[in-house]
Amino acid sequence: MNFYEKFLHIDRRYIFIFVALRVIIPLVWPLGLAVTTSPPVENVYNAVEELAPGTPVLVSVDYDPSTQPELSPMTIAVLRHCFARDLPVIITVLHPGGPGLALEISDRISKEVGAVYGEDYVFLGYKVGSSAVILSIGQDFHVSFPADYFNTPIDEIPLMKKVKNYNDIGLVITMSGSTYPDAWVAFAHERYGQKLAAGVTAVMAADYYPYLQTGQLVGLIGGLKGAAEYEKLINRPDDGLKGMDAQTIVHLFVVLMILLGNIAFLFVQRAKKREAA
Amino acid sequence: MHISTDIWIWIAAILTLCIYSFLYKDNPFYKFAEHLLVGVSAGYFFVIYFWNLVVPNLLTPLKNGFGTLFSGGGFTGDLAALVPGILGLIILTRLIPKIAWMSRWAIGFYFGAFQGLTITGYMQAYILAQIYGTFMKGNNPVFSVALIGSFFSDPGWGKILLAVSGPLMILGVICTLTYFFFSKEHKGFVGGVAKIGIVFLMIGFGASFGYTVMARVSLLIGRLQFLLRDWLGVIS
Amino acid sequence: MRRELPLAICFIMGIIMTVQFFIPHRHSQWLFDNMLKWLIIVLTFAMILGIGNLVKLHIQKVQHRRRDWLYSIVALFGISASLITGFGWGIEADSPFMVLFNYVQIPMQATMFSLLAFYIASAAFRTFRARTVEATLLLVAAVIVMLGRVPLEGIVGRWLPDLAEWILDYPNMAAKRGIMIGIGLGAISTALKIILGIERSWLGGGD
Repeated sequence: MNFYEKFLHIDRRYIFIFVALRVIIPLVWPLGLAVTTSPPVENVYNAVEELAPGTPVLVSVDYDPSTQPELSPMTIAVLRHCFARDLPVIITVLHPGGPGLALEISDRISKEVGAVYGEDYVFLGYKVGSSAVILSIGQDFHVSFPADYFNTPIDEIPLMKKVKNYNDIGLVITMSGSTYPDAWVAFAHERYGQKLAAGVTAVMAADYYPYLQTGQLVGLIGGLKGAAEYEKLINRPDDGLKGMDAQTIVHLFVVLMILLGNIAFLFVQRAKKREAA
Repeated sequence: MHISTDIWIWIAAILTLCIYSFLYKDNPFYKFAEHLLVGVSAGYFFVIYFWNLVVPNLLTPLKNGFGTLFSGGGFTGDLAALVPGILGLIILTRLIPKIAWMSRWAIGFYFGAFQGLTITGYMQAYILAQIYGTFMKGNNPVFSVALIGSFFSDPGWGKILLAVSGPLMILGVICTLTYFFFSKEHKGFVGGVAKIGIVFLMIGFGASFGYTVMARVSLLIGRLQFLLRDWLGVIS
Repeated sequence: MRRELPLAICFIMGIIMTVQFFIPHRHSQWLFDNMLKWLIIVLTFAMILGIGNLVKLHIQKVQHRRRDWLYSIVALFGISASLITGFGWGIEADSPFMVLFNYVQIPMQATMFSLLAFYIASAAFRTFRARTVEATLLLVAAVIVMLGRVPLEGIVGRWLPDLAEWILDYPNMAAKRGIMIGIGLGAISTALKIILGIERSWLGGGD
């Protein structure tokens, strides 16, 4: 085997070590690369900014721990923004893995900003059957959410006394690691005309650009970069911005790996052709 | 460096490292952590379903309904929850092979309902809105003669992109749809159009792959932030 | 009747949920509201069924001492721990149940998926080859998006993120829209086939 063949068959565990180092080193010694914002994220920010204080916002935490490192930073940033603008937040969950995450985030951020449960925010918990739940909110919250996560009837919650259905909600933001935004678009936006924005994992972000172009989504926060952009817009650096240096270094490494792999492959192919000739 | 003294942070860190040990090779630590995750997750889901769904949506209405009934208040709408409750119990017969056929009634109920919702919802969101968006952006046409004209009157790189992007997008959608139309053989004119569709698809998949790399790396960054910050205290 | 009755129920429910969309009458809305309520309750049991199957599987593994049966004990221990803490102390923010979720489930589940970062880097090196024009297009688009979506503007200038954004806004969006329309047509035709009883695989095998 010549050098290029040996290079192509390098034990993948060496690659794993390089990847790990390329994440650890920028986390420990940050580069401070400046993040610029993009229109899809700016549109979400502007949609929240345009709401009059006191207008309820529905934030749907539709993800589980497997996508938490990407989606929790943007959920936290959006909650901070809503509380800073005096927008009451109604939190729902359509993914069974989400309640614990939503509870921890809402509890932590509400304590940080001094938000009062029942007045500034309410956590309605998880319901199964995404399309049925989304449609039922359009009719009346009571249909699927007779009580909140803590089993308090929603009639006894001050915030929910002012909110019956989508007519009383200024914006719905779904944070999802799965296809829940499709259901929100199909059933909340198309049927009830509800204004929608989405925060999704980077894997899914490219797939939702058609909804941006049609206006079915007013904006889109995609992946950790999207979270970093939102943190920059609200001027509150957190895990999103802190992870960008590591993200950049690893991306450069992956591009280098693709280039090196193709160059080595080219040399191996040429050597094989020469041997055959 | 301020290593955490919280026992739960240590448990979380050890379990994290057990999972990462799979990168070296499959081993008992990884298998232990994997099975523990499966078990804890299953129990978590059951508890959440009970407290978030069964109690508020089924047990509480039935309790109120029967309470009103037995106190002489007559039948109330709350008792209607008996019907889905019984249907739900029928689904569980799937666990008993001899009477598993009964679960089909309940499955037919919710399956049929969701298919009915799919027809109207998807028609609007996936088809009508997308076709409209292909040719119109809001109230303005995507294929804008004015933009093309402005390029010729004042040429520039920015103007050419603006002029070309809209028609390019229309072409892309039509060619992609042609590629997926397998009722006609991809030969001649149709074959040529389908080939252009492949070009757009490859660019789309390339963009998705780029984003996929970003997503996976972000997950790794999140976990290493936990290990370095919450456990080892190396970063603030 | 073991197959005909479920098909009839499926047909009736499918027609009700399709037709109610077009009928704004209050009786139609009343029916719609109640159907949605019932769907949520019935689906809850369908989800619980999945968990029941998992428990049954692991218990059988332990009973019959099948391969890796010791790990099934670990799984059953995990299920028991979640159930006992969840039913014993509730599901509030500082409850033992949430401690288990935050310090056992979240770390392991998030870590499991973060393994993919290593494999994608390895796959990028070993398998992503520009053998054909199409593959080259895919790789070029991927590289532009990968580099355009990280903060490199200070080093290379704005052209790279702008190009990445243009690729996402136009050619990528066109391709994804074509796929979306195809998925929509497929989903609607499948839904019609299920409602009309042409597609019966959901009934399962047997009598």
